[in-house]
Amino acid sequence: MRLLAPVAGLGRATLGLLAALGRIAFFTGQVLSHMLRPPFYLREFLHAVMQIGWFSLPVVGLTAVFTGGALALQIYSGGARFNAEMVVPNIVAIGIVRELGPVLGGLMVAARVASSIAAEIGTMKVTEQIDALVTLSTNPVKYLAVPRVAAATLTVPVLVAVGDAIGIAGGWLVGVNRLGFNSSTYLQSTVNFLEGWDIVSGLIKGAAFGFIVALMGCYHGMTSGRGAQGVGQATKSAVVSASVMILATNYLLTGLFFTS
Amino acid sequence: MIALRTVTKSFGRNAVLRGVSLDIPSGQSMVIIGGSGTGKSVLLKCILGLVRPDAGTITLDGQDVTKVERDAFLARFGMLFQGGALFDSMRVWENVAFRLLRGTQKRPKAEAREIAIEKLRRVGLTPDVADLYPAELSGGMQKRVGLARAIAAEPEIIFFDEPTTGLDPIMAGVINALIREIVTEMGATAITITHDMSSVRAIADKVAMLHAGVIRWTGSVGEMDATSDPYVQQFIHGRAEGPIAAIR
Repeated sequence: MRLLAPVAGLGRATLGLLAALGRIAFFTGQVLSHMLRPPFYLREFLHAVMQIGWFSLPVVGLTAVFTGGALALQIYSGGARFNAEMVVPNIVAIGIVRELGPVLGGLMVAARVASSIAAEIGTMKVTEQIDALVTLSTNPVKYLAVPRVAAATLTVPVLVAVGDAIGIAGGWLVGVNRLGFNSSTYLQSTVNFLEGWDIVSGLIKGAAFGFIVALMGCYHGMTSGRGAQGVGQATKSAVVSASVMILATNYLLTGLFFTS
Repeated sequence: MIALRTVTKSFGRNAVLRGVSLDIPSGQSMVIIGGSGTGKSVLLKCILGLVRPDAGTITLDGQDVTKVERDAFLARFGMLFQGGALFDSMRVWENVAFRLLRGTQKRPKAEAREIAIEKLRRVGLTPDVADLYPAELSGGMQKRVGLARAIAAEPEIIFFDEPTTGLDPIMAGVINALIREIVTEMGATAITITHDMSSVRAIADKVAMLHAGVIRWTGSVGEMDATSDPYVQQFIHGRAEGPIAAIR
């Protein structure tokens, strides 16, 4: 029997994982179906837009400006090995808009928003506020999850667009002030090199990441365990699962968009 | 009438309800007593559909509660939660008027606020409380706001989950008196779950004792005091010795 214990453990873990995936898929279906049916809670949606979109701007902007600057330095020093220093504006631009803007923006929003959504909804669950919603004839998924998921799906692409611009500006600042690039040549190079699809693909990724972040925050909040420990665990799970799903989805979308 | 027939509910290996049968006639105030962890709150949540029973039936006026239209069914209920369960992101009046600001019972905002303030007055709170947030209120005031929310849409059936827990004896007396007055005035059916014997005496038309997952005893307050049932006697007198194990 002891010989079979590892196999049994593996089986239990696999079944647990499949059950969790099933619960997340079911929750996703509920959110999507409620998104299409009235009533719509406009006030809660606008509140979520402010919380998720507006208040995430500083953290996304700071991440973007430092990432753009560091990227410019790396590409310059790496490019110097084969006399390709002049590609700095092009690679900074494409790196930011296709990959780093959406991924780092998504991860920063995951850290800030998935945790706060999970903590807020988890606390509502342990203090019976979610039960109170039901007794007041209000569906908790429709009232709590749908406005947050819709707001994140719509606002994260905007954050990504702003982050892209700030990231490119970070690269430009470093390029012009530390690496000796001419300002107008740097900007012209960036504009000429970027294609519309580079930008649009990053925005589509941003929408997908926003959806994932809010969905994971709401799911883990609503399935939170009891007490402070339960809420803490829900918060941690929301950030970890959102981050992993963002990276996995990024790989899948990159493959879909750029390898055909 | 609310009728429960052999309702069972387990959480994993823990069988909480093991065949609860109970009738609560319309207009009656039923108080369910029992030790901590005996499933009193689970019983209320089963009636409301917040928890799905494993077996048994629950009917409201002869209709199976799992087969009725949910919104119309829930519109007949109000509930005061143990901790108040007020929405801390909303002002007091928005909590009280929650049901009146959305859904089928939606009213204009000004009218909903008027009703909320009137309900706050009914539970002894002044209109200046209306614009505060729940975190700015004391425990007793939060209970009163919870009570105002429970009665705001004038439900036919009101549930009170341990309404006096955490309150001092004077505030507990005030809440008990309010519940009794409101239930009588509205002619509502009420189910209260409590360990507090002063609540039982103030609120109950009839008392049921839940023990070991079943209704062990039912009767009026007078019958409760006179019964020779050792479980009821131990519970109402708060004795450590008796058939109910002190350590559970």
